[in-house]
Amino acid sequence: MQKFKETILAPTLFVVALILLWEIIVRLFGIAPTILPSPLDIWNALAQYWGPLVSNSWQTLFTTLAGFGLAIVFGLLLGVFIGWSKTIYGALYPVMIGFNAVPKVAVVPILILWFGIGTVPAILTAFLISFFPIVVNVATGIATTEPELRDVLRALGASKLDIMRKVGIPRSMPYFFGSLKVAITLAFVGSVVSETVGSNAGLGKLMLDAQAAFKVELVFAALVALAVLGIVLYAMTAWVEKRMTGWAFRGENQGF
Amino acid sequence: MQHGEALVELSNVSMVYGQGANAVKAVDNLTLTVHKGEFIAVVGPSGCGKSSMMKLISGLMPVASGSLKLEGKPIAGPINKVGMAFQASNLLPWRTAVDNVLLPLEIVQPHRSQMRSKRAEYRDKARALLESVGLKGFTEKFPWQLSGGMQQRTSICRALIHEPEILMLDEPFGALDAFTREELWCMMRDLHAQKQITAMLVTHDLREAVFLCDTVYVMSDRPGKIVKVQKVDLPRPRDLDVTYTAHFQELVQELRSYIGRH
Repeated sequence: MQKFKETILAPTLFVVALILLWEIIVRLFGIAPTILPSPLDIWNALAQYWGPLVSNSWQTLFTTLAGFGLAIVFGLLLGVFIGWSKTIYGALYPVMIGFNAVPKVAVVPILILWFGIGTVPAILTAFLISFFPIVVNVATGIATTEPELRDVLRALGASKLDIMRKVGIPRSMPYFFGSLKVAITLAFVGSVVSETVGSNAGLGKLMLDAQAAFKVELVFAALVALAVLGIVLYAMTAWVEKRMTGWAFRGENQGF
Repeated sequence: MQHGEALVELSNVSMVYGQGANAVKAVDNLTLTVHKGEFIAVVGPSGCGKSSMMKLISGLMPVASGSLKLEGKPIAGPINKVGMAFQASNLLPWRTAVDNVLLPLEIVQPHRSQMRSKRAEYRDKARALLESVGLKGFTEKFPWQLSGGMQQRTSICRALIHEPEILMLDEPFGALDAFTREELWCMMRDLHAQKQITAMLVTHDLREAVFLCDTVYVMSDRPGKIVKVQKVDLPRPRDLDVTYTAHFQELVQELRSYIGRH
C-alpha cells in the first residue's frame, strides 16, 4: 500500500495538479492560444491531428531505434576493442573525446549533404550522438577488471580472449545496460534534432511545419507525443537493464 | 613431519620491476625450496616483495637472474599447476558459488575441452569440494548472499578445483574478523592434511604463519631477502589451543624480532 502511494498515487496527483494549474493560469490571465495553449486546447489538437501525430511518431520511433541499434552494435564492438589494451585505449581516447565534443546538430547539414533530406540523416544522427556513452561504459567495465582476478586466470594459462569472455565482457554488462538508458534518450534527441534541421517526416518535421503555420496547439501536441515516446523508450531500456543484470542490483531486490 | 621431494626450487633468484633507470629490485638473491606436501609461509614488512615472489612462482613475472624450477623444470611462463587466492575473494558476482569454483576448469586443459561432456561430473566435484569446507547448502548461492568467510572459502576452493601442484595464498584471511580468521585457519589446516596440498602462504600475521606452516621465511625490506628460516616443530594435527602455549609464543616472538630489522 505504501508502495502504491509512492509509485502510483503521488506522481499521478502531481501530474493532474500540474495540468490543472496550467489550465487555470491560461484562463485566468487570458493567455492567447498562439502563445501558450491550454491543456484542453492541446488535448483537442491531439484528437484532431491524431493521424499525422501517430504516423510521424512511428517515423521518429523508427529512426531512433535504427540509430540506437547501430549504436549498440558499434558501441559494443568499439568498447571491447578499446578495453582490450591500454595502448588502443590511449590511441583512440583523445579522438573519441574530440568527436564527442562536436555538437551533433553541426553534423546534420553534412549528413544531409551526403545522404539527402530524409530518413538516413536522422538515423545517423541518432547513432552518432548515442554510441559514445555505450563505448565509454563498456570500455570502463572491461578496463576495471580486478588485477588479482586477471592474475588468477593468467596463472592458469588463460589467454586474453579467455579473460575477456569469462570476466571482462560479463563484468561490463551492468555498465553497458546502464549506458543504454542514456543512449536511448540521446538517440531520441538526435533523431528529433535531425528532423528539425532537414527532413520530410517525423515529429520534428511536424513541429517545424506546425510552427510555420502558427498552429501552436499542434506544436504542443507534438511535444506531448515526444514526451510519451521518450518515457516509453526510457522505461523499456530500464526494464531490460534490470532483467539482464539483476546481480548488480542486489541491494535493491534481495529476493532476486 | 616428513616431506616429499623438492617441488619448487629457487636459487639466487632476483626480480626487477620496470626498466632502465626506473627499475626497482623487488626481490634479491632468494634461495628456498618447497617440498611436496610442505606448507610454507613468507612473512615480512609491507612491500618487501612477498607478492612478487608469488608472481615469480606462478610464472606471471620473469626472473631477472638466478634459477626457478618446478619439479626440476625451469618456469618460463604461466603454468597451470598453481592455484591462487587473494585477500579479496574476487568471485564473479554473476556466478553462483559452484559456478565460481568451476571457472578454472573452463580454462585449464584437459578439463576445458571436456567441459561440455563432463559438466555434471565437474559440478559434483566442485560441490563436494565446497561441502568439504563447510559450505553445504550454500553451493547455489551468489557471492553477495555469502558472508566474507564463506566467500573466502569459495575462493580457496576455486584455487584448488584443478588440483594444482601448489596453492598460493596471498593474505587470504587478511580482511576477515578474528574469529572467522581462526575458523579459516582450521579449514586450511584440514584441507592441507586431507589433500596433502603443497601451499605457500604470504601473510603479515605471524600467529597464522606459525599455526599453519611447517617452515616460515622472514623477508627483509625491499629488495626482499630472506633473513630468517624458522622450522615450526609443533606436532600435527594442531589444535587452536596450541596458539596459547609457551612454545608457540616463543616461535612468534622469535620471528617478530627479525621483522623490520636491518
